Amino acid sequence: MKSYQNQKRLSLIFRYLLLIILAVAWILPIIWIILASFSYNDTGFVSTFWPDKFTFDNYIGIFTNSQYPLVSWIINTLIVSILSMIISTFLTISVAYVLSRLRFSFRKPFMQIALVLGMFPGFMSMIALYYILKGLNMLNLGGLLLVYVGGAGLGFYVAKGFFDTVPFSIDEAAEIDGATKWQIFMHVDLPLAKPMIVYTALTAFIGPWTDFIFSGIILSTSGNPKTYTIAYGLYNMVHNTKGNATAYFAEFVAGCVIIAIPITILFVFMQKFYVNGITAGAEKG
Amino acid sequence: MFRKKKHAAPEATFKEVWSKGNIATKLSFFFMGSNALANKQWVKGIALLLAEVAFIAWFVFSGISAISMLSSLGPIKNKKVVYDNAQGVYITKQPSNSVLILLFGLLAIIICIAMVYLYIVNLRSTRKNYVLQRDGKHILTNKEELANLFDSRLHDTLMTFPIIGILCFTILPTIFMISMAFTNYNRQHPIAFSWTGFQAFGNVLSGDLSGTFFPVLGWTLVWAVAATATTFFFGVLLALLIESKGIKHKGFWRTIFVIVWAVPQFVSLLMMAQFLDYQGALNNILMNIGWISHPLHFIDSQASPLVARITVIIVNMWIGIPVSMLVSTAIIQNLPTDQIEAAKIDGANALQVFKSITFPQILFVMAPSLIQQFIGNINNFNVIFLLTGGAPMNNKYNGAGSTDLLVTWLYNLTFGQEQRYNASAVLGILIFIISAVFSLIAYRHTNAFKEG
Repeated sequence: MKSYQNQKRLSLIFRYLLLIILAVAWILPIIWIILASFSYNDTGFVSTFWPDKFTFDNYIGIFTNSQYPLVSWIINTLIVSILSMIISTFLTISVAYVLSRLRFSFRKPFMQIALVLGMFPGFMSMIALYYILKGLNMLNLGGLLLVYVGGAGLGFYVAKGFFDTVPFSIDEAAEIDGATKWQIFMHVDLPLAKPMIVYTALTAFIGPWTDFIFSGIILSTSGNPKTYTIAYGLYNMVHNTKGNATAYFAEFVAGCVIIAIPITILFVFMQKFYVNGITAGAEKG
Repeated sequence: MFRKKKHAAPEATFKEVWSKGNIATKLSFFFMGSNALANKQWVKGIALLLAEVAFIAWFVFSGISAISMLSSLGPIKNKKVVYDNAQGVYITKQPSNSVLILLFGLLAIIICIAMVYLYIVNLRSTRKNYVLQRDGKHILTNKEELANLFDSRLHDTLMTFPIIGILCFTILPTIFMISMAFTNYNRQHPIAFSWTGFQAFGNVLSGDLSGTFFPVLGWTLVWAVAATATTFFFGVLLALLIESKGIKHKGFWRTIFVIVWAVPQFVSLLMMAQFLDYQGALNNILMNIGWISHPLHFIDSQASPLVARITVIIVNMWIGIPVSMLVSTAIIQNLPTDQIEAAKIDGANALQVFKSITFPQILFVMAPSLIQQFIGNINNFNVIFLLTGGAPMNNKYNGAGSTDLLVTWLYNLTFGQEQRYNASAVLGILIFIISAVFSLIAYRHTNAFKEG
């Protein structure tokens, strides 16, 4: 009996040890990023793990740098992401609800088209989008917003999976009581879908903060750094500094840390919805 | 899934509506909405009529020319100086802008299709009113029609804006890019280009790009399999480790891993590229510990292709394992435990339980999302683009490096020095075909995507 307990304890110690090693391996690069943002450096390169000298200058520098206006980037991104969040959430939830709850002749063709469209690599269409927006004279933040919002109707999968799990009998009860479909949507199903709305809104909100490809193509033509969003601005910063002058590298890291912290917190908060969305789709099997 | 539903026969054929209908009914075959107006459905009638007027005006003034230009993509292919007889001077003719001609031509076709759809809607509504009139039933008033938009026709109301968005910002660009694959739009023809049929496909599949396409395709598939398999397998193992008996503060451990996934990729991957650099922190750490005597090339331009590819897969595990850990944790928590208990009573050890019970069960539940991940990895732009940018470069390749995937190569062909827009469109189509084939196989083998 004693040897069994010993074996059990040994197994637990071994598992803890493994877990600690893995956790350290995973978190080490992240810690390095944070350390690098505090490191004093003028070589444009952070080659040590532990900084030789700690400094706050990078954070002060990134906020006062006129070449890379971080504050404008944050404001731009905030405006785009809030508008995109409101409009996309409305569109996505509408489509998801309609596809899940209502029956009409165009329903199946729409889902099949959405499936097919989803298989084309997303930025294959970027040249076309560029010319469409150029034609509309909208190579600016407004055009970027249109791009983010334009595809919102196709991102309905997770929300539709959620609506599929809400019992239909609730709708039927409301219908017998004389509610119209709009009333059922607004007053019965939407309140039940609050977590889903939060998830959809957060996803739409985070998008502009992490996208550097579309924003780069649409905003770079203006050549005015003040019109950039944060992801493209920061990406552009390191992209430009990689080859020649690398004086701003540590400031770039500081900017990244400033942005990464709120997004990381939002993501950790969202993980439950994300998992539920994936497994809800899978459990139907 | 792709089966057609049988439609119930309509209550009246359009022929009957045409021959027996009154003047307003007959008129709506030509003037959309006249039947609705005659029945005092003002909003619908006026909207349909206005749509028709606007369409005809647009079609006469710009629609016809937009569509007719499509066949040639613009008359002037090269910049040339011609003598203008009327003015008696030499003038320079700029080449036609084929991109805009193609774009507006496609837009015109989409508008025409939308108009045809609207016309059918008009006829259907006319027929409905005709049938109601014939049978002496109540015809909906203007107010009831509008109220219907929020009740039995709620789907029309809610879907209108999303569909317009999808048409303009997804379908139009996609069709545009598909047509681009059949032109000679490249560095030699940057403004005016023409239709060349399957020539660009020939270039990619057997011409000067085939020496790059097939190796890159091979690496893309190897990468997609390796990336999907490693993240899935080790994700499951990690989830089992955290979920195993005796481990305390499970939420804390999970969060540590989730943080890596949550950091925006352009931050974590760009910094990872610095971390792994020849002069980077990892080489520094390894040298301080004494494991290596001189720095290693992991992913920079002097790295060996094999080392770079392995490094990319390992970094992808760093990013990807937390996600699959999260998902498999949710599945593990919901797995029935009776089988595992029965197996344990029969004397199975932990490894046997994992191999014969837990793993197959997780695999079964996760099969559909694995296929999605596989397709996602074929298109995994961020990891390659931010981490290596395709490096190390490969001299045998045309515009691609050893770690470039089809998507990053597509990006290089468009935005890099090559400017072979038609070839990149061909690549997009080929990627679509690959994804579609794998999805179809997956859908045939899993039930999860069947409609409930």
